[in-house]
Amino acid sequence: MPETRNSGNGSNGNGIRVGVYVCHCGTNIAGTIDVKAVSEYAAGVPGVVVSRDYKYMCSDPGQALIQQDVREYDLNRVVVASCSPLLHEPTFRRAIDRAGLNPFLLQMVNIREHDSWVHLDKQAATAKAKDLIRAAVRRVALHKPLQKRRVPINPNVLVVGGGIAGIHAALTLAEAGKHVYLVEREPTIGGHMAKFDKTFPTLDCAACILTPKMTTVGSHPRITLWTYSEVMKVSGYVGNYRVQVKRKPRYIIEDLCLGCQECITACVYKEGKTPDEFNLGLSKRKPVYLPFPQAVPQKVVIDPETCIEFKSRKCKKTCVEACGERQAIDFTQKETLEEIDVGAVVLATGFRSFDAARNAYYGYGRYRNVYTSLEVERLINAAGPTGGEIVLRDGKRPQAVGIVHCVGSRDANTNRWCSKVCCMYSLKLAHLIKERTGAEVYNFYIDMRTPGKGYEEFYDRLLDEGVHFVRGRVAEVSDWAARSSEEGKLIIRVEDTLAAFVRRIPVDMVVLSVGLEPQADAQAVRRMFNISCSSEGWFLERHPKLAPVSTFTEGVYIAGACQGPKDIPDSVAQAGAAAAEAMALIDSQFVELEPYTAFITEEECSGCKSCIPLCPYQAISFAEEKKRAAINEVLCKGCGTCVAACPSGSIHQNFFEDEEIFEEIEGVLAYA
Amino acid sequence: MSGKPKVAFYWCSSCGGCEETVVDLAEAILDVAAAVEIVFWPVALDFKRKDIEAMPDGSITATFLNGAIRTNEQEEMARLLRKKSALLLAFGACSHLGGIPGLANLFDRESILKTVYFESPSTVNPENVLPLTRYRDNGHKVTLPDFHNTVRTLDQVVDVDYYVPGCPPMPRILGAALKTLLSGDLPPKGAVLAPDYALCEECPRKDTKPGELSIAEFKRPQELLIDEQTCLLAQGLVCMGPATRAGCEAVCVQGNMPCTGCCGSTGRVQDQGAKILSCLASLVAGKEDAEIDHVLDTIPDPVGTFYRYGLPGSFLRRKRLNGVQAPK
Amino acid sequence: MRNRQLSPPPVPRGAFEPRIVAFFCNWCTYLAADLAGTSRMKYAPNVRVVRLMCSGRVDPQFVLDAFAQGADGVLIGGCHPGDCHYQEGNYKTLRRYHLLKRVLREMGIEEDRFRLEWISAAEADRLRIAVNDMVEKVRALGPLDLTPKAEEIQEEVTV
Repeated sequence: MPETRNSGNGSNGNGIRVGVYVCHCGTNIAGTIDVKAVSEYAAGVPGVVVSRDYKYMCSDPGQALIQQDVREYDLNRVVVASCSPLLHEPTFRRAIDRAGLNPFLLQMVNIREHDSWVHLDKQAATAKAKDLIRAAVRRVALHKPLQKRRVPINPNVLVVGGGIAGIHAALTLAEAGKHVYLVEREPTIGGHMAKFDKTFPTLDCAACILTPKMTTVGSHPRITLWTYSEVMKVSGYVGNYRVQVKRKPRYIIEDLCLGCQECITACVYKEGKTPDEFNLGLSKRKPVYLPFPQAVPQKVVIDPETCIEFKSRKCKKTCVEACGERQAIDFTQKETLEEIDVGAVVLATGFRSFDAARNAYYGYGRYRNVYTSLEVERLINAAGPTGGEIVLRDGKRPQAVGIVHCVGSRDANTNRWCSKVCCMYSLKLAHLIKERTGAEVYNFYIDMRTPGKGYEEFYDRLLDEGVHFVRGRVAEVSDWAARSSEEGKLIIRVEDTLAAFVRRIPVDMVVLSVGLEPQADAQAVRRMFNISCSSEGWFLERHPKLAPVSTFTEGVYIAGACQGPKDIPDSVAQAGAAAAEAMALIDSQFVELEPYTAFITEEECSGCKSCIPLCPYQAISFAEEKKRAAINEVLCKGCGTCVAACPSGSIHQNFFEDEEIFEEIEGVLAYA
Repeated sequence: MSGKPKVAFYWCSSCGGCEETVVDLAEAILDVAAAVEIVFWPVALDFKRKDIEAMPDGSITATFLNGAIRTNEQEEMARLLRKKSALLLAFGACSHLGGIPGLANLFDRESILKTVYFESPSTVNPENVLPLTRYRDNGHKVTLPDFHNTVRTLDQVVDVDYYVPGCPPMPRILGAALKTLLSGDLPPKGAVLAPDYALCEECPRKDTKPGELSIAEFKRPQELLIDEQTCLLAQGLVCMGPATRAGCEAVCVQGNMPCTGCCGSTGRVQDQGAKILSCLASLVAGKEDAEIDHVLDTIPDPVGTFYRYGLPGSFLRRKRLNGVQAPK
Repeated sequence: MRNRQLSPPPVPRGAFEPRIVAFFCNWCTYLAADLAGTSRMKYAPNVRVVRLMCSGRVDPQFVLDAFAQGADGVLIGGCHPGDCHYQEGNYKTLRRYHLLKRVLREMGIEEDRFRLEWISAAEADRLRIAVNDMVEKVRALGPLDLTPKAEEIQEEVTV
């Protein structure tokens, strides 16, 4: 039941009849703003027929109140003063729509996020609410009925990034019957997960669980897999994105290559000379190579930077000879640009490891036996550079290994955040190293973060395996020996905070547990897709709790580590969620666009052409026969830039007409 | 004389150009003289103020008042003529928008008088004589009108029915206005009696207007040899045409000079200077502060350029008078 | 031409409280203001926000009207250059801002009364700081008081 109802002064003489609704929002608004006084004030504003205040306007009874008033008081405009329109404008628009009033005859007033929640002075907050409501009443009187625009949705989906998140999203969508373009910039899909040996806490072999999925992607009839490709340009809008993809040349005709790798064996290079990217530079590859044995697609790549044929045009081309009748090698292949039309996009571009060289005091790059965690994963992996042997650079086995947590995480000097997965993978590496080498293993940690299913139990197991845990952030790694027993070792200096003294621990190998960071080109990518990044550089979700996979740009979804550090189960979960939301969009078949478009009144336009170059969407064109400018409503996004620029005032914007804004300005400044 | 509608012309703070427009009606003036009875026209006829005061209220069918309001005499006459007229028309840019005299709103009374009577290079005034508003000479009281700080448009003083735009209005526009008034088929009150679209529509150079203007430098008319065929904005000149109401058939442009905006804005615009500013700025080349400032440095006097005729009628009306207390 | 009458000036009640009209773009600054709210940050209550889709919609007429109607300051909030939700709207805003600033200076309106801030959706704190800073600067400048008073006609002109 309504708290109070005030009869308004009546219509303002223009037949405008406004209903004003002031929400208490429990005590969120009412605790600071005198909602009754505001409601009473509103009743006295010209044009207001009824003014109420109520505990929760967005609730069913709250909405019913408005609907009832629309009918009983013959209201033709509604003002709701409550939370941000970005939260509930759709709610109240739907409410009045159901009561038979055009949904755009509503104006919301933000007296919570912009008022009661940010001001301490109750009097000032109440006065501000009155000003804003008065302005809204004046503005809403000029609102015109508008219709949302319906456009059909293209049913295809683009997934950017072929790591575990991208793979899972693509498979989910493809299984649901959607056609998916999966674009990956490396020559193979698999992402970071393909480089892991085992995954925590189950110690599943990463390749064993990943490669079946990769193979399914490679052969799925509804997935167009474009590896060694990058998105260059995106245009359009939700449901109708046009994407330009650059396909880099492998110099191999993909359809003809069988992946037999004879060309690699036959290459004039007897052995590899180029640091192998997949093995993080720990081994060498030839100019023609397969990224890793289970690569999908199972096609080789030729690197033009190191291949002799590209440098001198005088190579014997033994690879071509080995390829024989298949003739899959084509040195003339060029980069191509493809254009695709999709309705939705899922960004799953993953993360980048923290560059350990930035923490000079850990000696990465200076001491040969300081490794990053990812490098050690490759050492441990049977298909890696050492065939699964954990050895030092000189080939000897380590007798003591130190694992340093939080490198580039929880650090005011580099990245403040916790990278979420490092404690777990550090425990995993401790287990594997102990198992393989029998060495003394030390984990140096600040806190042990093991929140997932089976994670704490895994930590317990490690405690029983004889791994040493030292609680303290490592201060430095050096080779300066203080006594003879430290000669030839790497010395880890750390404060053991539980024992309360500083320790020097000599080890043979140091493993730096590097944190997760946004990709180097995250800003460039997010600009292309017109989404935002958080201040740390992760793609920004629409809401941190309730909308983690959608963004503020409709039709663009995010999944996996590109949204923030997370482990494989969470990446897969998000990928499924993003796929589901993309599906929900596409299956609704039409998308409704806000009608905030600009339009030119033909008889007003003088053909001065000042507006033509202003639109980045090329929505404004000049009609030669009529010598007037015209706006294509479908292309117009409704920014209003041309409206402000038109020197004769001949361009107007739905819902943001000059007159509506003037009324709002004058309304906030008039006196109560 | 009876039966014929009564018409009056009066001039306030103006140059006399609007009276010229009446004269420039040429032969048409005879038709005018035949159709109406002119009851007041200080520049040409010998009627006095008290003749007007003696008339019944509303008995003048239409008064064409040109010139801006900046003295108390002008204000009094404006109010008097409003009372005595059925229709009051703001005739010409000065009464419509403030006009050239409106640029005095960048100064105050004291500094204007000081400049004119003491500081101007051609003035010889060793005793620093200043005109007074009241003076007694041999028992005779002499007065001069008081001079206001702020120049105002006619509609800032009295209610105005119609506007005849231009500095001066084209004789054709005046003729059309007279014809409309006498026809009895009156447009809505407050209308400007000229087409309601911008000058580019009528401009002979319209076809040379580029569709991709990006301005790296503005030029002033004396800085280049102005091409006689090409759009003036395209040549880098500030042409107010896009923001100015049509009706004059672009006579200035035909004279190879850019439009300076004397007819004011179209009906959709509230502040002509702001709109041309918005339009030109939007087209400036540059995305960084320094680049943009570099381009804007080539407009040395933005207020004088964008508000040449329209300063009193603009949102801000005048330069802020420091130290002036607002009335309670 | 509609002749917009100037608002009567405020009846001063106690110390001067600046009145600032702000034009915020929907995607960045308005969101940042919402975030400031959800984070319960506190800032001066002197600002009244007019929501627009893009800072590019800010017509210089709006800024001038705000001053004419009694605002002591005008603030425009938009996305950082390069990040405009509509690609380039904020560049147009930036250019108009620079030219309008010059006009305002010639018209005797101090620079601190007209401010352009680039505030992204995550920068709630930046908004808080900008608002508080602007309010203090305008407070120090005093009321704008644009209304020309009824002409003081009675006294002799003295120079």
